Amino acid sequence: MTIISGKKREKIDRLAELAAREEERGVSLWQDAFRRLRRNPAAIVGAVILAIFVLVAVVGPFFVPYGPTDTIGIREGVVRVGQGLIPGHSAEHWLGYDHQGRDVFSRMIVGARQTLLVGVVATLIGLAIGALIGGVAGAAAGLGGRWGRWVDTVLMRFIDMLLAMPSLLLAVSIAALLGPSLTTVMIAVGMVSVPVFARLLRGSMIAQSNSDYVLAATSLGVRKSKIALAHVLPNSLAPVIVQATLTLATAIIEAAALSFLGLGNPDSATPEWGVMLADAQQWIGIRPALAIYPAVAIIITALGFTLLGEAMREALDPKLRK
Amino acid sequence: MRASRPKVAIAAVAAAALAVAGCAESDREGSSGSSSKDTLVFGVAGDPKVLDPSFASDGESLRVARQVFETLVRPEEGGTKVSPGLAESWEPDAAGTTWTFKLRSGVKFHDGTDFNAEAVCVNFNRWYNAKGLMQSPDVTAYWQDIMGGYAANEDEKLGESLFKSCSATDPTTVALTFSRVSSKIPAALMLPSFSMHSPKALQDYDASNVSGSLDDIKYPAYATEHPTGTGPFKFKAWDVPNKTVTLERNEDYWGDKAKLKSLIFKTISDENARKQELRSGGIQGYDLVGPADVEPLKGEGFNVLTRPAFNILYLAINQKGNPKLADLKVRQALAHAINRQALVDSKLPPGAQVAVNFFPDTVEGWNGDVTKYEYDVEKAKSLLAEAGASNLTLRFHYPTEVTRPYMPNPKDLFELVSADLQAAGIKVEPIPLKWSPDYLNATTSGSAHDLHFLGWTGDYGDGYNFIGTFFDRQKDEWGFDNKALFDKFRQADTTPDQAAKVALYKELNADIMNFLPGVPISHSPPAIVFGKDVTGVKASPLTDERFATAEFKS
Amino acid sequence: MFRFIVRRLLQLIPTLFGLSILLFIWLRRLPGGPETAILGERGTPEMRAAIRRNLGLDEPTLIQYGRFVRRMIRLDLGTSISTKREVTTEFLQRFPGTVELTITAMVIAIGIGIPLGYLAARRRGRFLDHASVGGSLIGICTPVFFLAYILKAIFSENLGWFPSSGRQDPTIGATRITNFFVLDGLMTREWDAAADALMHLVLPGLALASIPLAIIVRITRASVLEVLNEDFVRTAEAKGLTENVVRRRHVLRNAMLPVATSIGLLTGGLLSGAVLTETVFAFSGIGAFLADAINQRDYPVLMGFIMIIAVVYVLVNLIVDLSYSLIDPRVRVR
Repeated sequence: MTIISGKKREKIDRLAELAAREEERGVSLWQDAFRRLRRNPAAIVGAVILAIFVLVAVVGPFFVPYGPTDTIGIREGVVRVGQGLIPGHSAEHWLGYDHQGRDVFSRMIVGARQTLLVGVVATLIGLAIGALIGGVAGAAAGLGGRWGRWVDTVLMRFIDMLLAMPSLLLAVSIAALLGPSLTTVMIAVGMVSVPVFARLLRGSMIAQSNSDYVLAATSLGVRKSKIALAHVLPNSLAPVIVQATLTLATAIIEAAALSFLGLGNPDSATPEWGVMLADAQQWIGIRPALAIYPAVAIIITALGFTLLGEAMREALDPKLRK
Repeated sequence: MRASRPKVAIAAVAAAALAVAGCAESDREGSSGSSSKDTLVFGVAGDPKVLDPSFASDGESLRVARQVFETLVRPEEGGTKVSPGLAESWEPDAAGTTWTFKLRSGVKFHDGTDFNAEAVCVNFNRWYNAKGLMQSPDVTAYWQDIMGGYAANEDEKLGESLFKSCSATDPTTVALTFSRVSSKIPAALMLPSFSMHSPKALQDYDASNVSGSLDDIKYPAYATEHPTGTGPFKFKAWDVPNKTVTLERNEDYWGDKAKLKSLIFKTISDENARKQELRSGGIQGYDLVGPADVEPLKGEGFNVLTRPAFNILYLAINQKGNPKLADLKVRQALAHAINRQALVDSKLPPGAQVAVNFFPDTVEGWNGDVTKYEYDVEKAKSLLAEAGASNLTLRFHYPTEVTRPYMPNPKDLFELVSADLQAAGIKVEPIPLKWSPDYLNATTSGSAHDLHFLGWTGDYGDGYNFIGTFFDRQKDEWGFDNKALFDKFRQADTTPDQAAKVALYKELNADIMNFLPGVPISHSPPAIVFGKDVTGVKASPLTDERFATAEFKS
Repeated sequence: MFRFIVRRLLQLIPTLFGLSILLFIWLRRLPGGPETAILGERGTPEMRAAIRRNLGLDEPTLIQYGRFVRRMIRLDLGTSISTKREVTTEFLQRFPGTVELTITAMVIAIGIGIPLGYLAARRRGRFLDHASVGGSLIGICTPVFFLAYILKAIFSENLGWFPSSGRQDPTIGATRITNFFVLDGLMTREWDAAADALMHLVLPGLALASIPLAIIVRITRASVLEVLNEDFVRTAEAKGLTENVVRRRHVLRNAMLPVATSIGLLTGGLLSGAVLTETVFAFSGIGAFLADAINQRDYPVLMGFIMIIAVVYVLVNLIVDLSYSLIDPRVRVR
């Protein structure tokens, strides 16, 4: 699974700081960033990939030629795994059969939806929990005085503990606790990104808390909880949104890794690319294509999210603007 | 001057690296010519847990033990019949409780001491007199399973030991006395857990001292570093960091000496990794070949051996799980609904068969004349309607992430069976669980399960080891209480006469298929593969492959 | 500096304590126990109960935790439930493999990543730049286990250049001292053993390096680009210093700071990738062993290993923090 947790720390904190600095200049951060994004070819490629992916995921399943669980090949007796028989592509089955005699093309299309679902929900879980912890810690550290610093320390120690545990093992143990299911995969993958979001939002909020407008608000006697919620938090969200885009990519890859360890979504009615790739490893000797289709699909999709996320990051980073 | 410093460093490192590589090159060349043709590296799926088979129940520990140790009787090569091992002949007395074994003479343990009747008694008394943690069911698993108890039971739940005493009449004659007649004797004595150890080594390395307290159990040095038997291979090294166990030829073996000079078991847990390693030449054979790889590997010229199927995969039905399942008609409907032939044809390796009994036809007592349940969806539907169970929803457990010899890919099998059941109008609530420990826990205890897959690979060639294990008492797995059936099992177990026993097994098989506690699905032959130039190993239904006869064709 | 180190080490104690409580509760909450894993198909409820009793798992969690803490204080981590060897022994036999693998991966990642990132920045917008940025993006987006499979299929199955699994050819019969195979080979002058162990490290090292390599390329590139725009570089060029001197003394040195940070942190985080890599390459390390331990519910192994890993992680971070002050004299540790 990804190893970025460490490097993120440094990047995260810097990004947070930069976003804060940007705000001081009084330019609308988002308008400015969007203008820059439109001129960046990488961002456009990423956006196009994602648009196609989302379109297929949302609309595709209504138009698939066969049901994703329909074991046609076995009923017709053409798929005989014991004898090493898994027919490849034909006019009726564009990408051939899988080891259960199902139509691979249909499963790829239906799988797009599940893959998107896993990525989005997992990211939202990570974002929600991470933002809650990070937001409380950031608000407490930036504005809460001595008691606030104590809250911040305890929360961050907890986050450090999560970081110290190898993320994949964390996911594996969550999967062991909950039993294999689609929900488990989403929760396990989501939990892995909790510390990242928490650190990011906290760093960003602390940087905001040191800015002039907070000082001004404090001296005007605005209540601290109001400053935190109404000013600091909204202004700290930019780097979090960038991170969420990047996390979507890693979530899809991490879900595949969980499947490889046998902890993926076991329900064949809702195929997911990661599970398809992991399942295909077993038949790779007979039909390598079974692994290549989902692998390429995962790589391209993750690439789409990463390109867009990186472009957004660059657009928000004043140092890389020249 | 300063500019050149890094370059100097790089050059130095490069030179050193070249020097190292050069040395290595010459060394390898020197040794490879002689060593590669009498050393076999065999890929296995897991590390052995322990080297003393008395404490082992996992296949990988037993595989090593089978090369290093020998038992009084052993399975014939490539079969399951009891044949001479360290004992040349054996016979029971009239009552069937005392068995006299005539031992082979001139056999020596690896440490040079003699194997004799005295040594046999030392071994049996060691197991029988187990104390403390050595009585734990995970330590002496097979003894407890077969004998049922110890000289002084420390857990009141344990029963009286089947083994009672051992006496050495003369150096080559030993008599084992049992507390009752049992179908397990002598077949169970073929199990590697009843291997003969050198009494001297047992004493020297404190072999019976399973020490420690609560969550801190340690094995004695004997069990991890000094296994001493009489087998064709001697233990040489267990390289834990490299995941290998190295054995070497026993030059003083009493029979035909091993053809290989050394035999190495190397752990590669991933099935694909084993296959790739075989192709790249790092290993010259491996076990647990995926069903889909059998034909491709054969095509490439590897020696794929198929073991005779000595296992059973069944669909268990828990009558306590859903009251409807206590109705025989519903169970019959389930059996008719499943297209077992299609499942065997499409998912299992070549040579697999649809099961008619709960044990394969190679075991005595198999009965072809039992009620059979052919695939018939309409019949299943009408049976369900008759039973008033047309709207049945069943919780179907299946394991993820596991490959068993009888069940190469449970998830695939579940998908097929589940589709069949749905076609007959039964709703299926899928409950996937991880094999270890969740699945085993859920299906063998409590009553929250309706249907599940499980199976068995026989330990030795006696029918009781299959059907007795499943059905001879009330179990949470099945949730039924059938006194007539249990009584007949007791009768079969205590019948000394072989022919009468076999007749009872046949009756039992017919009874079971009428009562239909579950649906027997298939017997599937596991495969084992060797390199293109390796010959001499015979596949065994009991996975008792003897590497002593393996050799490289020149 | 000294006080800084002492303070960080003292902070370790409450962190470890908290971690042990969380872990303990967490592990006991996992469904099922080691007894089922040990017995497999042949377990009966009575046998399972007996094993639980022997392992003391039927006692209240608090008492079990008390036993764990008492042992912890004596630095005794107990024995593995499944192998019945001491947890410390298991760790010392398996951790060196993971360390060797991690070092190899980092050497590959740094050795290729920094020059590539530097060149990409110097030739910004040209082919090499696009290729290395694109390549590193694909590196991040490829599932590690799939990449590993492809590497093996090409370099091991087809070309036969590298062995496909394990840490060393068992037929060599090498001597073990530290369980760092390469080091052992060099120490005992068994050159073939050392070389063989190195060859076994190449493919898993490459697979594991894919993500850090990609990250290092991009950080180096970004950081060099940043430095190239700094005033002092322009000053140096204007002064008429040769390009070589400017590059080495000014650009590279200043660009290395963020790179060094990320290298330290990447190394600490490599363990997760190691779980997959070790499984695919049947490489004996702690990653795959830990994943097995979760399936086996081998509580002592899980507790012990994760506690040691946490200590190692904190120490690595400490060293990274200290190394800032060595690379950049402006940074003072307090």
